[in-house]
Amino acid sequence: MELKGKAHKFGNDINTDYIISGRYKFKTLDMRELAKHVMEDLDPDFYAKINKGDFIVAGKNFGCGSSREQAPLAIINADISAVIAKSFARIFYRNAINTGLPLIECDTDLIDPGDQLVVNLSEGLLNNKSKDLQIPVAPLPAVMLKILADGGLVEHFKKYGTFNFD
Amino acid sequence: MGKTIAEKILSNKSNQDAKAGDIVIANLDFVMGQDGTSPLAIRVFKEMKAKHVFDPERVAMVIDHSAPSPVEGVSALHKQMREFAQEQKIHFYDIGDGVCHQLLPEKGHVLPGQLVIGADSHTCTYGAINVFSTGVGSTDLAAGMISGKLWFKVPETIKLVLNGKLAKGVYSKDLIIFLAGEITADGATYMAIEFAGEVIDALSVDARFTISNMAVELGAKCGLMEADQKTDSWVKQHSPLSFQPVFADQDANYAYIKEYDLSNLEPQVALPHTVDNVSPISKVASTKVEQGVIGTCTNGRLEDLRIAAAILKGKKIAANTRLIVAPSSRATFIAAMREGLIETLVEAGAAVVTPGCGPCVGTHNGVPADGENVISTANRNFKGRMGNNKASIFLASPATVAASMLRGFITDPREITD
Repeated sequence: MELKGKAHKFGNDINTDYIISGRYKFKTLDMRELAKHVMEDLDPDFYAKINKGDFIVAGKNFGCGSSREQAPLAIINADISAVIAKSFARIFYRNAINTGLPLIECDTDLIDPGDQLVVNLSEGLLNNKSKDLQIPVAPLPAVMLKILADGGLVEHFKKYGTFNFD
Repeated sequence: MGKTIAEKILSNKSNQDAKAGDIVIANLDFVMGQDGTSPLAIRVFKEMKAKHVFDPERVAMVIDHSAPSPVEGVSALHKQMREFAQEQKIHFYDIGDGVCHQLLPEKGHVLPGQLVIGADSHTCTYGAINVFSTGVGSTDLAAGMISGKLWFKVPETIKLVLNGKLAKGVYSKDLIIFLAGEITADGATYMAIEFAGEVIDALSVDARFTISNMAVELGAKCGLMEADQKTDSWVKQHSPLSFQPVFADQDANYAYIKEYDLSNLEPQVALPHTVDNVSPISKVASTKVEQGVIGTCTNGRLEDLRIAAAILKGKKIAANTRLIVAPSSRATFIAAMREGLIETLVEAGAAVVTPGCGPCVGTHNGVPADGENVISTANRNFKGRMGNNKASIFLASPATVAASMLRGFITDPREITD
């Protein structure tokens, strides 16, 4: 699967309260509505700036904080195709894989705001077109690739009724 | 090569010889969701075409994040939870029962040596009683409710040995805030922490919960302690069931072991807007505060209310400040009433709210105004955490919050105690 889009850059330790504020996340399960407020406390106009397929690019520990899946779901529903960061907080990482939001771990200092990126998940490649630069990407463990390949954990359970990695 | 507590529990629960780095499918002893995460899990449960939870005795849902409901959207989500709980015959705790992380140990749902998941990041709290417990999201919660299993990457473990004796006026909250500054907010990402040493041995189980509760603020998957005599008697007071604590092997392999002598530790404060932005209190004393919060899954237990009440007894909070107190559970609330602690706190000027998470998560019960400073016993001070991104949150012990409310600025509790 090849993803193409522009980089929107954020800093280190972007927590789930920044991704989607507590003011909204408890009130509704309408993810398209929540998506309008994604990253609002860091950039009030962020939602309006997104073109379908764009990437959120960040530093270390992206997604730290609460366990709420509204965070990756709000990102998916804001039409972001993947999050690229130096590292991810553990629960966010699980939630993203389970809900089908691809995550890419790499050195994001090699990406500037507005850079055009092309990502190939199955081959683990990230190309920064604006800088004509191939960036090495950490591979995903087999269990996560299997869940992503099944289309997320819901589809995995629909298929097998339980966990099945044999 | 020996094993850490995390490796042993995950080996026991997956029936295989699990070592750090392995991915295992393990059997869950208990599964919990709260009102911020359960509605989505219920939706996913249905999407996964499930009919029944794996074992109703091993599943609980708790309404604590917006309790009682402040708006109709939340009321609709709460209703879904009540209906699901009735239909599935699982344990259910409604508004006023308390914060999930107080309720699970208090109701005897979690026992030493067990493996527990909760759809709340502070599920790591039960590590204080030797439970491998960790936070997950709603999809994992649904998968856990259906299958009684979940996949885990067996974490590496950092061992923190805490030596010395905490000084008067210095509490387990100061210790874990100090460690957040040392290890940093992502220093233990993907890892387990084992807390050990004479400082831990000397603490009550209530005080130990505060430490394990904040393991996730260091990025950790769980914050484990070995069970001792105190753990044993605490658990026996709350559950008739037998249990098997798990101890680390002498030759266990750790990512690293770090020792601290904490005898000279002074009260600590986490400054806005990250938990690892830590300062000893002497450097920030006299910072003005408009609101105080005593409560939450970190510090709303009976011992915490006793410490706060001892400082506030017979006194009044400063003019132009507010103090919000949320006992951690109905049982805590009742015990605090019987001891006269609630009377003391209310007479001092506190507003006591329903046991629950409200003020900490910004859903209701004390959203600060623009430009205000809040000093709180909670575990997170992210921008906007309490519902206003133009307010600032300082984290401290119940003693420091109580002392600060008396003066209207951040105050070392050792200046007040006597």
